[in-house]
Amino acid sequence: MDEISVLIGGKAGDGINNAGAMVAQLLNRMGYRIYLYFDYPSLIRGGHNFAIVRGSDQYIAGHRNRADFVLALNKETIDRHREKYSHETVIIFNADQMKLPGNGISVKAILSEEKAPEIMGNSAMIGAFAKAAGIEWSKVEEVFRVHMPKAPDLNLRVARKGYDVQVQIRAIGRGDNRPVALLTGNEAIGLGLVRGGLETYLSYPMTPSSSLLHFLAEQEDRFGLMVVHPENEIGVVIMALGFTYAGKRVAVGTSGGGFCLMTEGLSFAGMAELPVVFVVSQRTGPSTGLPTYTGQSELDFVRSAGQGEFPRFIVAPSDAQEALYWSAVAMNMAWKFQLPAFILPDKTLSEGTYSVDTSAVPEVPCETSPMWDGAGTYGRYTDTPSGVSPLAFPGRQGAVIKVDSYAHDESGNTTEEAEIVEMMAGKRLRKGEMLAREMEGYATVVVSGDPESGTALLCWGSTKGACDEVGARLGLRVVRPVVLTPFPADQLKRSLEGADHLIVVEENATAQLASLALLHGIAAEKKILRFDGRPFTQDDLLEKVQEAIA
Amino acid sequence: MTGRQLITETQNTWCPGCGNFSIQFALKGVLETMEKEGKSLDEVVLVTGIGCHGKMSDYLNINTFSSLHGRAIPAATAIKLANPDLTVICCSGDGDSYAEGLDHLIFAAKRNIDITMIVHNNRVYGLTTGQYTPTSPLGFRGKSTPKGTIEYPFNPVELMLASGATYVARGYTKKMDQLKKLVLGGVGHKGFAFIDTLQICAIFFPATDYYTPRVYDLPETETGDFESACVKGREWDYNSDAKIALGVFYQETLPTLGERGASSPIAQPAREEAVRDFLASRT
Ligand SMILES: Cc1ncc(C[n+]2csc(CCOP(=O)(O)OP(=O)(O)O)c2C)c(N)n1
Ligand code: SF4
Ligand SMILES: [Mg+2]
Repeated sequence: MDEISVLIGGKAGDGINNAGAMVAQLLNRMGYRIYLYFDYPSLIRGGHNFAIVRGSDQYIAGHRNRADFVLALNKETIDRHREKYSHETVIIFNADQMKLPGNGISVKAILSEEKAPEIMGNSAMIGAFAKAAGIEWSKVEEVFRVHMPKAPDLNLRVARKGYDVQVQIRAIGRGDNRPVALLTGNEAIGLGLVRGGLETYLSYPMTPSSSLLHFLAEQEDRFGLMVVHPENEIGVVIMALGFTYAGKRVAVGTSGGGFCLMTEGLSFAGMAELPVVFVVSQRTGPSTGLPTYTGQSELDFVRSAGQGEFPRFIVAPSDAQEALYWSAVAMNMAWKFQLPAFILPDKTLSEGTYSVDTSAVPEVPCETSPMWDGAGTYGRYTDTPSGVSPLAFPGRQGAVIKVDSYAHDESGNTTEEAEIVEMMAGKRLRKGEMLAREMEGYATVVVSGDPESGTALLCWGSTKGACDEVGARLGLRVVRPVVLTPFPADQLKRSLEGADHLIVVEENATAQLASLALLHGIAAEKKILRFDGRPFTQDDLLEKVQEAIA
Repeated sequence: MTGRQLITETQNTWCPGCGNFSIQFALKGVLETMEKEGKSLDEVVLVTGIGCHGKMSDYLNINTFSSLHGRAIPAATAIKLANPDLTVICCSGDGDSYAEGLDHLIFAAKRNIDITMIVHNNRVYGLTTGQYTPTSPLGFRGKSTPKGTIEYPFNPVELMLASGATYVARGYTKKMDQLKKLVLGGVGHKGFAFIDTLQICAIFFPATDYYTPRVYDLPETETGDFESACVKGREWDYNSDAKIALGVFYQETLPTLGERGASSPIAQPAREEAVRDFLASRT
């Protein structure tokens, strides 16, 4: 595989993420498929931030522990990442920050020549990188014109100076791919929800879900949305239920801590059969944990959150492309079966940037429940064979629409009658069975690597990036359920036929997917777990898998 | 649906002598008046909390959203934002909105969302059989405070004035005609209308003999001055002995949340187009 990794490091506040995005677009135009990893501590100024932009001629969804090029805005970048450098690594550094031999760029001098503000210093470094990597100037110009959010002309002049003072060192190859859209996981979730008919999005800021709130708020007019930031997560979820009662397709976003506050509203959604999509982006827990680092420890929580028993849908996309598709499906399932649906990304997916080939994303036609036909007396909870009651929204002439958090009868009035309570519980559970049947028509389990291999890696969510590459390198089967509730036990068993050795790979300490699989009679022989807040890279996972199969 | 029976057939379980009956009749009267004035009752939504007051949603034959304890307001806010043509009324309790859901109440006032909030202030948790609430007087002996509370109550009228409510009133379940007028005033008011309603709880806070000799009516004019509203609002602090004003303390017209945050929905095909445009901008 032809690939290149560029590490960009500096202090928080240096605009590392934006510089990473620009480099990613340069590589996109050089014909590479992209993954961008952004690592930052939970603070605003100071502290070490870095981005690793990886380009490859093949589709990728993860970074590596290596750097072919380094753009060092400070000395710390050089010191901290030594294990990622080889003798071939090209280091371009800000010469105002450190005295080193090699490719020092006097950023200050360039900025003062162009009378440009300090924040544009990164453009000089990007220009120098482009030259060092043999990227023609016209590509730089194009990328700055399209993607530099502010003052592209001045930034381009600064970049040109960096380009001119640098010499070409190692010309990178050119991939055969045409450029495609680069999206973060959260952007892909947002777009997927919009494609699924999203009308209202509500959220209280919490990393790593906040960038979804910011994205949709920024795009409110483009997509004709209402984006609301209420007083707290309790307000978020109850407002969401009010919107959905009034007929709006709604989603909420949070992370584990905020989701704790939403659980009473989740259970209400289950009881009152109100469709709502929850985006719960996982970070390292418990409690406040590591706000800006990743983890996969909310599977058990999201599966069982909320008092009482009611059906739900949970999907864990692995990358932006899957997020674009499944987020629309999640909205559909919520509305088709009138239940809560979850999208369960993690920090890696939410804030990582991926190449998205939209031509490979299937169309998702909008689906919903049948509307009330106006005959007879309306009952919000009219029993039907599928358990799904026809919908009507307040304002509809001739309908009295009653939604209730208490146990209720078909009209929506509170009841404590044993027979009705049992009948309504059955109605709700039947919708879960219908949902499970519906999912048989979807590819809920994805198999990659060598499908004949007797050894399989079992994973979920964003770890697929590392697992797929390790699977390909070692000739293993990689099996990944995308839908986690209803659990696709049959599809999973079929995907694992002939795999005698099963190794589960998860970013949590208790192997939550393995426990879930075991409930369905699928036993993992070995577990490779990581729970330090950092995602697996194929490099460290490779070693662990080799040990496990040795 | 016109000429409907406004009271459902659900068996009423409020205690004899409960002030909730008065609020129910006042509401029924409000609905009848609205219908007479040409408003379709299909466009009215009642949102309730959890408590004795919450049973109102079972007893009125209109659209209802029976929310969680303390969570009437977020739902009501959203319903109004989702469909500004709807008239949204909340029935909440003092435990419900002064304790469990206080944050939402303050935010509703701050945002001036165009809904009407009736707090059934019986100054006790009725449904959970008699514990103190934020408006119980100091020393109140409830089931959780057998030796008497050691906290002062707060004054919801003062709190709502300070939070930006644009219609602040107090009613009393022994004065049903006035209560109906206050609720109608709230429904007609464009903005957040708050009506603290001194509600007799026949079982755990039977305060008729206390309230009746002390209440008096505020003049119906002069509701636009904030400073004098604050003075009137502080006259009785829900604790010490004083005259108790009933009526509208304050009313002012300001932009509502929905007006400020109006968004224009786009049809699905146009959105697909917008998504494609966006993807192109990221290429
Ligand atoms: C989250 C939650 N906590 C506690 C309860 C139990 N609970 C039901 S009603 C109530 C108090 C009701 O008091 P109030 O709001 O004053 O209503 P009232 O019965 O006096 O009308 C409580 C604590 C609940 N339903 N939900
Ligand atoms: S307990 Fe009090 S508030 Fe509740 S129904 Fe009885 S009298 Fe009314
Ligand atoms: Mg009460």
